[in-house]
Amino acid sequence: MPGGREVAVSLKEEVDLLRNIPLFSKVDPSKLKLLAFASERLTFAPGQELFRQGDSGDAAYIVIAGEAEVLVDAPGGPVAVARVGKNDLVGEIAILCDVPRTATVKALSNVVTLAISKDLFFQMVSEYPQFAIEVMRELAERLDRTTGQLREAVSAKARS
Amino acid sequence: MDKNIYQYILRYSKRQQIVVTLMAVASFPFLYAFYELPKRIVNNAIQAKNTAFPVEVLGVELTQIDFLFVLCGLFLLLVLINQAFKYAINVYRGLTGERMLRRLRYDLYWRVLRFPQPTFRKLSQGEIIQMINAEVEPLGGFIGDAFSVPAFQGGTLLVIFGFVVYQNVWLAAAAVMFYPLQFYIIPKLQRRVNAYGKERVRLARGLSNRIGETVSGVQEVHVHNAARLELATFSRRLGAIFEVRFRIYLWKFVIKFINNTVNHLGPFFFYSIGGYLVIQGRLELGTLVAVIAANKDLAAPWKELLSYYQMREDARIKYEQVIEQFDVPEMMEPALQLDEPETVEPLKGAFAASSLRLEDETGHVLVEGASFRIEPGQHVAIVGAGGSGKDHLALMLARLVGVSGGSLTLDGKKLADLPEPLTGRRMAYVGPVSHLVSAPLRDNLYYGLKHRPLIDAVYEAEGLKSFERHLREAEASGNSTDDPDADWVDYEAAGVDGAEALTGRAIEVLSMVDMENDVYQFGLRGTIDPEAEPDTAARILEARGAFLRRLDDAEIASLVEVFDPERYNDNATVAENLLFGLPVGRTFAPDRLAENPYVLEVLEIAKLDETMLEAGRHVASTMVELFADLAPGHEFFERYSFIGHEELPEYQAMLSRIGREGVASLRPEERTRLLALPFRLIPARHRLDAIDDGFKQRLLEARRIFADDLPPEYEGAVARFDRDHYNAAASLQDNILFGKAAYGPARGAERISRAIAEVVDRLDLREAVMAVGLGFHVGIAGGRLSSVQRQKLAIARSVLKRPDVLVLNEATATLDGGSQGRAMERILAELEGRTVIWSLHRASLARSFDRVLVMAGGAVVEQGAYEELDREGSTLRELVEAE
Repeated sequence: MPGGREVAVSLKEEVDLLRNIPLFSKVDPSKLKLLAFASERLTFAPGQELFRQGDSGDAAYIVIAGEAEVLVDAPGGPVAVARVGKNDLVGEIAILCDVPRTATVKALSNVVTLAISKDLFFQMVSEYPQFAIEVMRELAERLDRTTGQLREAVSAKARS
Repeated sequence: MDKNIYQYILRYSKRQQIVVTLMAVASFPFLYAFYELPKRIVNNAIQAKNTAFPVEVLGVELTQIDFLFVLCGLFLLLVLINQAFKYAINVYRGLTGERMLRRLRYDLYWRVLRFPQPTFRKLSQGEIIQMINAEVEPLGGFIGDAFSVPAFQGGTLLVIFGFVVYQNVWLAAAAVMFYPLQFYIIPKLQRRVNAYGKERVRLARGLSNRIGETVSGVQEVHVHNAARLELATFSRRLGAIFEVRFRIYLWKFVIKFINNTVNHLGPFFFYSIGGYLVIQGRLELGTLVAVIAANKDLAAPWKELLSYYQMREDARIKYEQVIEQFDVPEMMEPALQLDEPETVEPLKGAFAASSLRLEDETGHVLVEGASFRIEPGQHVAIVGAGGSGKDHLALMLARLVGVSGGSLTLDGKKLADLPEPLTGRRMAYVGPVSHLVSAPLRDNLYYGLKHRPLIDAVYEAEGLKSFERHLREAEASGNSTDDPDADWVDYEAAGVDGAEALTGRAIEVLSMVDMENDVYQFGLRGTIDPEAEPDTAARILEARGAFLRRLDDAEIASLVEVFDPERYNDNATVAENLLFGLPVGRTFAPDRLAENPYVLEVLEIAKLDETMLEAGRHVASTMVELFADLAPGHEFFERYSFIGHEELPEYQAMLSRIGREGVASLRPEERTRLLALPFRLIPARHRLDAIDDGFKQRLLEARRIFADDLPPEYEGAVARFDRDHYNAAASLQDNILFGKAAYGPARGAERISRAIAEVVDRLDLREAVMAVGLGFHVGIAGGRLSSVQRQKLAIARSVLKRPDVLVLNEATATLDGGSQGRAMERILAELEGRTVIWSLHRASLARSFDRVLVMAGGAVVEQGAYEELDREGSTLRELVEAE
């Protein structure tokens, strides 16, 4: 079957999908539609990498279907640290703060994604304050979570 | 060149000028008769003075009426004869003028080719273009007139004047009594106009120079937001030109005013004095009528003569101003540039420089006291810091700048005295920035092999006639009679036996400079005419077959959606799906499908018209929803929207009207606009839900109808997708692919081109694809290539002609580090046993050379083998360490 057919997701479905992602949940649906329309839908075969740690980032990916694992390079080879699936957003760090990819993401099954290019992402942020606020909120929450984890780790270490 | 335009005219068109003058003289008796006859008609035929009828003419008796008609018939005949003379003279002088203009332009252009290099620092491209193109244009007209107008019009004037004198001396005197006044005043006024004319020429040159500069420096204008300043200076220049032109008008019309007034004084005297004489009975009425008619005609040639005088002054100034610029000292002798030597021997001797010196125009010393020898076959590097004079030395060795002092010889002969046909064939030079001509890549590559026509082009029937006519005219204008369409390529010089072998060799040389992949890509993107290149087309079809078999591999199959006449292609536009082919020409161009009557008919038969309109409405409403609140000029419009910002409100209005009153309320042109939108849809990419399975089914039906009923006149307007035939409208890559790259698979384009490359290599097609790539048009000055590609091409061009001496002047500086080193090693290996002189931008690269000349402050401070010079405290060591 030639490519692209089996996953003929419509724009409307993509918008519904985007709304289920926390980062986009409060963004105006018409903006999400524009985001979806302007984004490319990319599919990855099992084993294919979405991106590789250390590469420069040009897009973030929203997983529409399938599953992928997040790998981090370690002295003994790559170590799987997490799995991502439907509705997850990956690769946004590299496009937000211009650092190389912090991990490798590899498809485990057929993975369908919506690729939001760096340009588009920044266009949306600068164009729609509401969108920017949501991005900020999401990042702040993550920071809070990570700080919490760090605090726990530190106090656990102090106890031992 | 002749300093005076008349000298130039006489030197090259003396015969024509004599012929045209004789023609004028021959016409005068008829002209005189033409003025004489009316008098006879009035006096003898009508008034029957001194005539008794019937009269006998040539033995035939004529009544008064017959006599009148015979005379009138004669008059008619004379009219025809006079006009025929005028026509012949005009055509002949036009021909003469055009030929001379052609010669003049050719002479000037050739001079440009022989200018010493520094001339171009003083004379800009814009000025040269302005002079050769615009300024000499009116000269052609003048040259045709130079002798014929004074002869013809002056003669006419004299004839008419003679006629009037013969009728009545007083009347004649009255008619011309103010001519001396005109003769006195007009030149005085004309001198003013001339001065402004000179000024105008100067200003116009400045203007075209300025435009040229703006075009080449337009990037800087954008970078520095200098548009306003540029506009201001341009406006100032236009203002100055306006002023001068306006003044010219003022004076020109003063002259005209005086002339016309004076000319009308004639009739005043005729009516008053002539009338008085007629009343007194001292003059016949017929004579007065004829004199008045003649005087009216007297005004015309007189006017012509005066305007000739003005034109002559104008032409004289223009000619002098142009010639002055093209008369450059130290211009190359024509013979040195063009005379074909009996044999072109290889350059076997050594370069010897002693106390070589180079100054610029201001006397600033660039190179001084350079003495060295370069043995034949040696590879010599010239190194030095910026400003050390190494590039000037390279230019001198390539004979592109003349030496100011000392001597520079090759094989004991002064380098400057060697004929260009020798140096241009046995030597080559590549500078840091190379120029390409606006032609296919191949022509640029072979530029160094085309010195003279070698194999005549074959012409037949009409072609031959037009070629011969062209040749005759070229000869008559002293232009080159070489045929640019002949085969000029010197295959022998490239060491091959013909065109095909040269293509192979060209590809080999391009590989030396790491350009083979670029050319391969150009080839894949290129198109061919399958009729002209049936072999390549057949082999590409073979590759298509091989690629289609590769689709058994599911991974590759997911990358391409193959064209299938029975299936809708989700990765192609609706337009492509309908045509099932590519448009040729504008008939079925995507943006015109919605207005094409045949397409509309097909849609209607397939019952797709309303569906398409509905799809159009859907697309329009989505676009309005997505883009309505974006600012105008937002880049999203350009990149994603089907509808421009300024059109959005119109579509909005259409949509709301459809909402209220249905699609029937649309005006025809609104229907067309709406209908045009879905033709651009690609379902796999746009995901707009506008195209469902029912739509696709009906479109397949429409596709069938479109092909079956295609009227014969549209036959050539579509290049259909046909598995067994080469598609002339598609690129090589698309022909191999025979389908659309699928939207979706990540890194699809990259994986497809890898798969294609595999097929191409397995079928040994790479060279054929690259041969097509050689046909890639490089654009104006090579603008469609990157600067690195241009530079690589220039190096390849010089290597291809197998020079005995190759001079390179920082030629690889723009290449990236890796390919720079590789290219250098390969070129040096290729030119083993031939002289290579390379001015390097990095001293460490000199390790690969037999000898090194180290320059500092315009002098050669060290020379010898790299190992000898690479020692503590040497300039070379310093240069290497500074890298």
